[in-house]
Order: sequence, then structure tokens, then C-alpha cells
Amino acid sequence: MSRLKNDEEYKKTRAFRFFRWMKGEKDPYLDEVEMQPGVPFQDSRTVNEILMEEQETLEKVYNTASNRWLRRFKQLYNVLSVVFSLALAAVMLYMVAKLPTAGTVDRPVNNEVSKVYIENGIQDTGAVNIVTGMILNYRAFDTFGETCVLFIATTCVMILLMKEEEKIRADQTLNDRRFEPKNDVILQKVAFILVPIVFIFGIYVILNGHLSPGGGFSGGAMIGAGMILYVSAYGFDKMQKFFNEHTYKVVKVAALCTYCVVITYYLFMGANDFDNHIPLGVPGMIFSSGIILWLNIFVGIEVACTMYAFYALFRRGGL
Amino acid sequence: MMEYFMYVLLFFLVVCALAVSFTKSLLNAVLVFMSYSLIMSIIWILLESPDLAITEAAVGAGVTSILFFITLKKIEAIRKGHKDEQTEK
Repeated sequence: MSRLKNDEEYKKTRAFRFFRWMKGEKDPYLDEVEMQPGVPFQDSRTVNEILMEEQETLEKVYNTASNRWLRRFKQLYNVLSVVFSLALAAVMLYMVAKLPTAGTVDRPVNNEVSKVYIENGIQDTGAVNIVTGMILNYRAFDTFGETCVLFIATTCVMILLMKEEEKIRADQTLNDRRFEPKNDVILQKVAFILVPIVFIFGIYVILNGHLSPGGGFSGGAMIGAGMILYVSAYGFDKMQKFFNEHTYKVVKVAALCTYCVVITYYLFMGANDFDNHIPLGVPGMIFSSGIILWLNIFVGIEVACTMYAFYALFRRGGL
Repeated sequence: MMEYFMYVLLFFLVVCALAVSFTKSLLNAVLVFMSYSLIMSIIWILLESPDLAITEAAVGAGVTSILFFITLKKIEAIRKGHKDEQTEK
């Protein structure tokens, strides 16, 4: 790295101080603030006394006989929950009663939308596969919701089941997971042959989503299954060399955010009616159909990560 | 005859759905939810959609319950001496 300034001048600049602070070479409070050695926290009570006090406090707080406001809140909560449930049931029953009857001509099934999709599908979306054209172009915002559901589901499972990496490693000596990987020769040989094929087929299905049956959801499920096969054959230690928690976070959040940005741009530019600077290309080619190919890739990444994360969280408690 | 059978099933469906939310023990709630899925799968057959019935029986009663059980065990809601502790109280 070359600098315009010499060392003496560079040391006076803010950049030098910033990088020195980032590397942690010099404590900025040293020689500026009087430092005192920390005093370890001391509590004269025994463990039993602390637990007793905690129990007493809890009983005092949650005692409905003495706490008038808590009692009122509980009554109100019960009444409101019953009212809410009844209202929800009433709304649903009302909606079901309003549904169009089966077999009539003017049902929503018989309107002109499906005809338009079939006739103008290739023109509007550039996708040979009409189904993909529908779910990732006409109804791409809907698919964004589905992708968000996958994201939220893994987040909830993480909140419930995820443990710290150190704790998993410490617990490993206590339970049967210390025998893993089992180094089963048959399983490892089969995985050695099958996993690359599964991965490549999954990538093929994702990339050809707009040309042939398939797409992000099915291709992503294939890649996820390949990852699960690899993990069950070779163990989590080998998997973590190329797919650990950090990779998972970066890949998954980046895929979801990019999907959001792309679809927001596309919808704000008015989708098919306005000039949105996304060329549709020649139908039938790999690089065609505008945003569909990219959205397929993002959906595939999301689904693959979800599949693998579910397996890893239930099996191990961490990625 | 079939109509009355249907009414009985629907009644049990509502009872199960209410019981899930009113059960104190998490393990019992999962078991009641399993029976809810089984009743639902029979109703799907009576409504002449066997494909949905198979899916409901496999996913609703099978996979979901197993995942619930694993989760309950992982968060230590099911313990070995659970039954004894309850009787002591």
C-alpha cells in the first residue's frame, strides 16, 4: 500500500487513529482517565437465601388477592380473548357464507384472468413455463410473502432450539453425538458419488425454472436434501468448513433482501406496462425472462438454507 | 346414517380444537392435536378428497407431532420423572 504522506504526517491524521483504534493497539482512555482495578461482586447471602427471596418476590407480585390491578387485568384479558375468538369465528363464518356457489357461470374461476395469462404469458414475462411466469412475475409479491414465511419459520426454530457453539461442544462428551460421524463406509461412498449429482441437478432445476417444470422451490429442496445427505455421512465438522452459521446468516439475509429490492423496483416501475429497463430476452434461452431467473435463484437459496437449518437445528441445536 | 357420523366427527373436531388451547400440559396438547389431525383426515375422505386425507394423516398427525415431541424434549418440557413430580404435587 502506498501513501501520499510520509509516516510523520500520517500519524497525525484521523485515519491513522481510527485504524489504530480498530486494531485495538492503543486504549483511547489510557493516560486520559484514572483507571481503578475492578472489584469482584460479593454477596453475603447464600444460594438458598437468594432463591427464597426470589420466590417471595414472585409470590408478592403475582398474588391476585392483594394486587387489585393484576386481578382486574386478568379478568379483562379473559373476557377480551373470548370476545376476540368469537369475533374471528364470526368473521370467518360470514366469509364462508358469502362464497360464490359452485357450478354457476359467473364464478371467479370462469373469469378472463386465466385466459389472459395463457395468451399473453410469454409476451409479458418472457418465460416459456407459464406457471413460473405467473408465480414469479404476475404474483411475485405473493411469492415474496412465501419466502418470508420460510425465513420467519427458521428464525422461530432458532429462538427455541439454538444453543451456543461452546455449549454444544461441551455437551458432546455427555450424549451419543460423540460417536458422530459414524464413518460408515457404504454411506460415505454413496454420498461421495451422489452429493455432487444432487447439487448439480438442483442447480439445473433452479436455472431452468422458466423453461421447464421446476424452479426455486423444488431445486432448493434438492440442494437442501444434498446438504443433509452430506452432513449425515461426513458429520458437522466437515460441513462447517464451507457452511457455518456466519455463511448461513450472510447468504440467507442477502438473498431475502435482494429479492425484496428487485421485486420492489419491478413493482414500483409498473411491472409490464412501463419501461423498466429489464430486458426480457429471447424466450427459450437461459438468460431470458427478465427478473424471473434471478428471483428463482434467490428463492432456491432460501429454500436450501431452510431445509438444512431445520435438520441441523433439530439434530444438533446449532448450524 | 353418514350424515350423523359427519356431525359426530365435526363435534369432536371442535372439542379437540378447544381442548388443545385449554390443556395445561404441553405433551397432552400435542396428543390432542394429533387426534384433531386424524379426525380431520377422516372428514377429508368423507368430502371425497383422499389426496388431502393422506397428506393430513402423514403430515398433520405424523411429521408435525414428531417435530413437536423433539422440540419438547430439546427444551426439556418432557422429563423422565415428570409423572412422579406431578403426583408429588
